[in-house]
This record gives sequence, structure tokens and C-alpha cells, in this order.
Amino acid sequence: MKRARSVGIGVAVAAVVFAVLPFLGITIPGVFDGPLNSPGTLNLLGLCFVFGALALTYDLVFGYVGLLSFGHALYFATGVYVTAIALTRWHWSLLAALALTAIVSLVLPLVLGAICLRMRDIPFAMVTLAFAQAGSILVMQNPFGLTGGEEGLALGGDTLPAALVGVVNTRNVYWIALVLLIVLYAIAWRAVNSPPGRVWQAIRENERRVNVLGLNPYLYKLGAFVLSAFLASATGVVYLLLQGGANPQVTTADFTLALLVMVVLGGVGTLWGAVLGGVLYEYLDFRLIALSNTSAVKDLPGLLRVPLSEPLFLLGVLFIVLVLFVPGGLGGALRRRFGTALGSTS
Amino acid sequence: MTAAASSARTADAATLLDVRDLHVYLGESHILQGVSFGVRRGGITGLLGRNGVGKTTTLRGILGLVPRTGAVVLDGEETSKLPVHEVVRRGVAYVPEDRDVFSGLSVEENLTLAERAGAEHRYDLVYELFPELRQRAAQQAGTLSGGQQQMVALARALLNADNRILLVDEPTKGLAPLVVRHVVDALRRAAEVATILLVEQNLSVAHKLVRDVVVLDQGRVSFTGDVEQLMGDPALARKHLGLAAAGAH
Amino acid sequence: MTTIALLLLTGLGLGALYFLIAAGLSLIWGLMRVLNFAHGAFFTVAAYAGWVAANFAGGAPPEVRWLVGVLVAVAAGAVFATLTEVLLIRPLYARHVGQVLVTVGLALATISLVQGGFGSDPQTFALPRWMTATTNVVGAGVPNTRLLVIAVAALVFALLLFFLRRTRFGLIVRAGVENRAMVQALGIDVQRAFTLVFAIGGAAAGLAGMLAATYYGTIDPGRGTSMLIFAFIVVIIGGLGSVTGSAVAAVVVGVVQQFLNFYGAAGVGDFSVVLLLAIVLLIRPGGFSGTTT
Repeated sequence: MKRARSVGIGVAVAAVVFAVLPFLGITIPGVFDGPLNSPGTLNLLGLCFVFGALALTYDLVFGYVGLLSFGHALYFATGVYVTAIALTRWHWSLLAALALTAIVSLVLPLVLGAICLRMRDIPFAMVTLAFAQAGSILVMQNPFGLTGGEEGLALGGDTLPAALVGVVNTRNVYWIALVLLIVLYAIAWRAVNSPPGRVWQAIRENERRVNVLGLNPYLYKLGAFVLSAFLASATGVVYLLLQGGANPQVTTADFTLALLVMVVLGGVGTLWGAVLGGVLYEYLDFRLIALSNTSAVKDLPGLLRVPLSEPLFLLGVLFIVLVLFVPGGLGGALRRRFGTALGSTS
Repeated sequence: MTAAASSARTADAATLLDVRDLHVYLGESHILQGVSFGVRRGGITGLLGRNGVGKTTTLRGILGLVPRTGAVVLDGEETSKLPVHEVVRRGVAYVPEDRDVFSGLSVEENLTLAERAGAEHRYDLVYELFPELRQRAAQQAGTLSGGQQQMVALARALLNADNRILLVDEPTKGLAPLVVRHVVDALRRAAEVATILLVEQNLSVAHKLVRDVVVLDQGRVSFTGDVEQLMGDPALARKHLGLAAAGAH
Repeated sequence: MTTIALLLLTGLGLGALYFLIAAGLSLIWGLMRVLNFAHGAFFTVAAYAGWVAANFAGGAPPEVRWLVGVLVAVAAGAVFATLTEVLLIRPLYARHVGQVLVTVGLALATISLVQGGFGSDPQTFALPRWMTATTNVVGAGVPNTRLLVIAVAALVFALLLFFLRRTRFGLIVRAGVENRAMVQALGIDVQRAFTLVFAIGGAAAGLAGMLAATYYGTIDPGRGTSMLIFAFIVVIIGGLGSVTGSAVAAVVVGVVQQFLNFYGAAGVGDFSVVLLLAIVLLIRPGGFSGTTT
């Protein structure tokens, strides 16, 4: 339990630091464009938290149970779109919209997971991808004018409680994102260290042995699948609040693959590694776009400018390098440096 | 070369295959725990033992189909660091327990695939031993009976004239008595042109064919010697091979 | 009747494109157990290489330019695929998930590079006049591009079958798809077959990229990824490792997609193909060729 306590302390410290950030007018040049309490910086940090949390949910299903799902983005998008539709098209209250999203986010992965998990490995990955693609197509088709098709949905000022609207209240949404990350981390940590969590890891190692022990791997896999999908949907809701609208980009296969990059970046099999990967990915994505717009890069000859202007190119190359040379991701590399104090179930 | 080394070499000249301290782990199981034995050049050596004791794993370990530590020396040359296909090219043929013929290919294609460049291909010997294969040349191997597939598997191993040792894993498993006899005859003929290391669960077959035996027990070699030494002594046979051994002659 | 003929031939044309991508994917999966996400990148990069080459040969007649484009695309696809296998796949020999991941990274990197260099908007692809003309088939005016694509894909199918059934390498590939370990146990170095299969897949994907540009009249950096997903579906329905299975499944998927997109609403066809995959996998996890995964 000493390890748990040291992790707990670390998380608590980090939580306090980030909680008071909106009150700090410090500027860190090069890292953030404005002072720490500026809406722009808070929004970016909030997005980083969201992606850290989302990567965490993916790590549950991919890192801990070993299920290579290519359709995780679908559940994130569910959180984004169901809430957005309920708010903007049906004019429900936030609470009602959240309730609906919660229900859908339990039923959908239960049904789809039940189908997909009948297969293993690559066929499983392909069916999850196919279902996510179907969802993407569905959103783009704008059935009954609900999803807004290519343009997405914008949350008008009257759809949300006043405290969540407007640049002035960015810090409120920022805090929501922070709380989301902390709560999800706690849930994930609890889940992974519980008896079912240990079965998940056993399934990843050797599914047949789990069978032999008299346990039904299918049910455990389904449980993990539904839990991670439900949590992913929650991150989608907060994402919606930060972005102020829904955009079909979150339903694409590229997005799920970006999730994969995040988790591998941070290290498969540690929770904090996944969070680190998600945070870093979103931050890099943001900064690299900003970087490419600077005169320093714009003045470079085309051969250098083009690759440097495309964040996905740089991230893709980084990804390749990581897979080839640093199989444990950043988390793994740090763990090797600092020993087992950092643990694998933390 | 010193006198000691050259005499050691002469002593070893009778040994075609030398297995030294072979360890194989499958998952967490320590299947082979330091297996060491030599296979005499010429004739048939039997690799015997109870079920699950590691006989098939030993053959696969010799080839390199499973990760292993230890040394495998073929005719003085160490093959332990070589990839599987290089080991095979040095004249090692494998007849696996499940035959592993390619079901989607025809009989003829199965044989053609086994042809190695630079070696003489003994189709005359193969068709003499297994005339049915010539008749069924165009038939899909997946539609063959178990016995016929076994013939294809044996034919593949005999095809290349430069095959010095055949690793044969339970060739009579699941076959009707008539077919078993055919396989036994074929193996006897094969032994005229190559050394054979034969894993066999059927002890009466083993007794008919082999000269030397190596017995495995719990991942280690528990007995090496002449087959008569083992089979002629019921107590010894029972100790190493179990109850079934006592009545098998 | 004319509508049906038109839909059928358009569907076959689309199926032809899927087949060209799926055939390579299927062999790569069957022989190497690698799920090659970079196949869409082969498609895209080769298509743009061909397009650039075709524009380069500016003075020549349009047929020659088109042919130059096709040849360059095929070569570019083969080279890119070979480099990928040697530099990225081979070092990750035992790590199957790693191999999939590295192809994902490669796909992300190269396609975004293409987007950066050429822009994300589709660009027109100049075609010879006779290709954009239509031919009368049972009263329907079928664009010649469709017929051309079908003819080329049929030819490639025949060539692939010939390669698989009549050459030694083809024999090795067919056996390796069934049982890689046993092929090695016959003294054959499967590694060379891996590289060859990747190269063939890359060449076919490059051809598909160029033909897709012909079919649609435009070249587009996003097309590789969207076609790849359907190609994956074709591979699974047709049976992993089976070229004939891919051909049949490609035809079915292409035709179903066209018909349902027309008679339903746009997108219904695409949606239905995904449902078809789910149904097939529930009935038969190995797809229809019965090849087990």
C-alpha cells in the first residue's frame, strides 16, 4: 500500500497545483501563449485534461485487457453528440441531456461490445473500426437534421447554464475538466486494482488460462469495454463544453488512431502514462500548429516547411520511432529510469 | 589439431546429431530441463517417454521452431544459432506429429514445394514406397485420408537426397493397422539412406524399428541405451515408460 | 433496366478498385499476419507520384501521359511497400501489435505529408477524351472509365492467379498462408516471400490509386484512408489470405454499396456494407473462404 499512498500523494499535489492555476497570473514564455490564468491557456489545459482522461479510458481497454479496439472514438463522439443534440435540437436542460447521454453510453457499448467481442484480435479490431465508421457516416448524413452533418452543432448561449458560458467562465469549465480527470483516474485506478481488474490483466496475458480457472473471459471483457466506453463518453461531454460545439472530426478513424498514438506515446499498461500521453499529444498538436504559423517556419524552404507544418506528420514519425525503439512509451522509459517505484498498476 | 582433439573427433564421428543441455520454456512451463543425448549415425534411434514429457518439443527444439537454449551440433557443425530454414538446408527433414501437409495444395505441389535446389530429388524412391501418391498427384491434399497424408509427409522428408537425418514424430498415430505396417516398412527403407530420430508412442512399433533409445521423463533424459536393454526388462520398461510398456512386444 | 445496368457496372467498377487494394492486404495478412494500415498510404503516395509524372510529360498525347502516370504509380507503390517491409516491418518480427502500430504511424505521417505538400482539396486529373466518353450498354451510358477499371482489375486478378498457381514463389505464398512454420521446416526462407508479397501489394495499391483517380477524375489525399476501410471489410468477408475470396467479396460490396446508395439515401449503402461485415463475422469469423485467422 505504500506505492498507492505515494501515488495518491502525487495526484493530490498535482490536483492542488492545477486547481489554483486560474488564480495565477504567471507567464511561462514558450510553453503557453498567455499567462496561466488567461482563457486561452485554461482552455488548452482543459483540453489536455480531457485528452488525458480519454487516453486513460482507452488504456483500460487496450493496455490492461489487451483489446485492440479501433472504434473507441465512437463512444467519445457519443458523449459529444448526444448531449449536443439534446441541448440544441430538443432544448433539454443540461441535466436531462446528461441523463440521456449516460443511458445511451451504457446501452450502445453493451450492444456493440456484445457483438464485437465474439471475435478476437484482428477481426475484433476490424469490426470495432467498421462500427465506428458506420457511426461516422451516420453523423455526416445528418439524419433528420440532428447532427448538423459536416458543419457540426454549435452550442448557443441559451443552451447551457450561465456559469458555463462565455470566455469569462472558461475557468469553470477548466475546473470541470480537472475534476473529470481526477475522478476518472480514481475510478480507473480502483477498477484496475480490483479483483475484476486483475482478471483483465490475466486475460491480456493468457486468455485460455482464465478459462481454465472457471471464469468467463467474455463477461470480463464486456465489462471493461462498457466501462471504458461509458467513461470515454463522459470525457466527450466535457470536450463539448470546452469547444462550445460538436464537430464530426471526432467521429473519424483518424481520431481513434490518434488515441492509439496517445496511449503508445505515454506507455501501455500504466494509467499515469496514458494520461501523460494524452496531455502531451494534445499540447503538441496545439503548439505544432501554432509553431507552423510562425514566421520562423513559414520562411523555411518548402522541403522543410511542409513536414514541420503538419502536426500529424511529426506525431506519426514520433509514433514510429517509439514503436521501434521505445516499446514501453514514455511511461516505460521513465519507469526504467526511476525503477519500480512508479509501479504498473498506478 | 592435437591428438586429443582428433581422437575426440573420431569418437564423435559415429554421432550424427548431438544435443547438449537443451532448455525450452513455453510460457511459464519449463518443458525441457537440460536434455542431452547423441544420435548415432545410421539406423533409427527412438525418442520415447510418457505423454506430455517433451518429446515433440525436443524435435522442435532441435530445428529451432521453439526458442531454446543449449547447443545442437549436426555432424560437427553447431546449428543452434541458425534460423529454421538454414538448419533444414543442412540436411534435416521434419515429419511433424500432425503431418502438416498443405491442404490447399495438390499432392504433387506438396512434393514440389519440398524440393531443395542443388539436391537430387528421389522421386523414384518416393513413388516406389508410396505408389498411391503418383496416382493422386492432382488431388488436393486436404481431401486425403490420414494415412495418405502421412505418406505425403514422409515423402517430403525423403525427397531430397542430401537429407542426412529425419526427425519423425509419431508417424503411426491414429492410423489403421494396415497403414501402420506400410509406414513401418517405409521407415525401414528410409533408414537405409538416412539416420532417423523417431518419436513413437506405440511401443511395439518402436521395438520393431529402433536400435538405440533415448527416454525422456519430466523434461530430462532418464535412460539411454539399447532397445533390448529397455524392452527386455519389464521392470525397467515400466519404470521409464509406464504400465503400457510391460506388455508391449 | 438501364438504371440497373448502370448501377451494376458502376458497382463493379468500385468493386474493381476495392479488389486491387484488398488483394494485397489479404495476402499480406494471410502470409505475415500483419494488418497493414499503411496500404492506404501506398495508394495515396503512388497516386500522387503518378499524377506528378503525368503532368511532367506535359507535351505528350493524353494517353501516353496517363500510361506514364500508371506505370510510375505502380513502381512507386512497389518501392514504397518494399521499403516499408524492410525498414519497419522486419525489425518488429515477433511483435504483431507493434507491426500494426507502425503501419498506423506511417499512414498518419505520409498522408499528412501529402496533404501538406499538395493541399487537402481534390485536384483534377486530366484524362484522355475517350475515357470520359460513355459507351452504350443495354441502353445505359456507362462512362468508359468504369469499363477500363473493370478490365484492368480483371487482368490483374488473372495475373495474380497465374502467379499463385504457376510459379514457385506463388506456391510458397499459398503454402505460407496456410502454415508458415512448416514452409520454413521445408528449408524455405519465408522472409523473401514477405518482401515480395508486400511489393506486390504496394504495386496493386498504386495501380488502384491511379485507377481511382481515373474513375473519379480527381486526386484526393483522403481517398486512400476511406477506401482502405472498405478494402479491409472486403478482405474479411472474402477470407483472410484468399485472392479469389477478395475478388468475390469486392464485387458484392461494390454492387451492394452502389445499389443501396442509389435506392436508399446517400450513405445507406456504406452503412449497409458495415452491417454486412458484422453479420458475416458473426456467422463465420473466418470470412467466407473459411481460412481461419
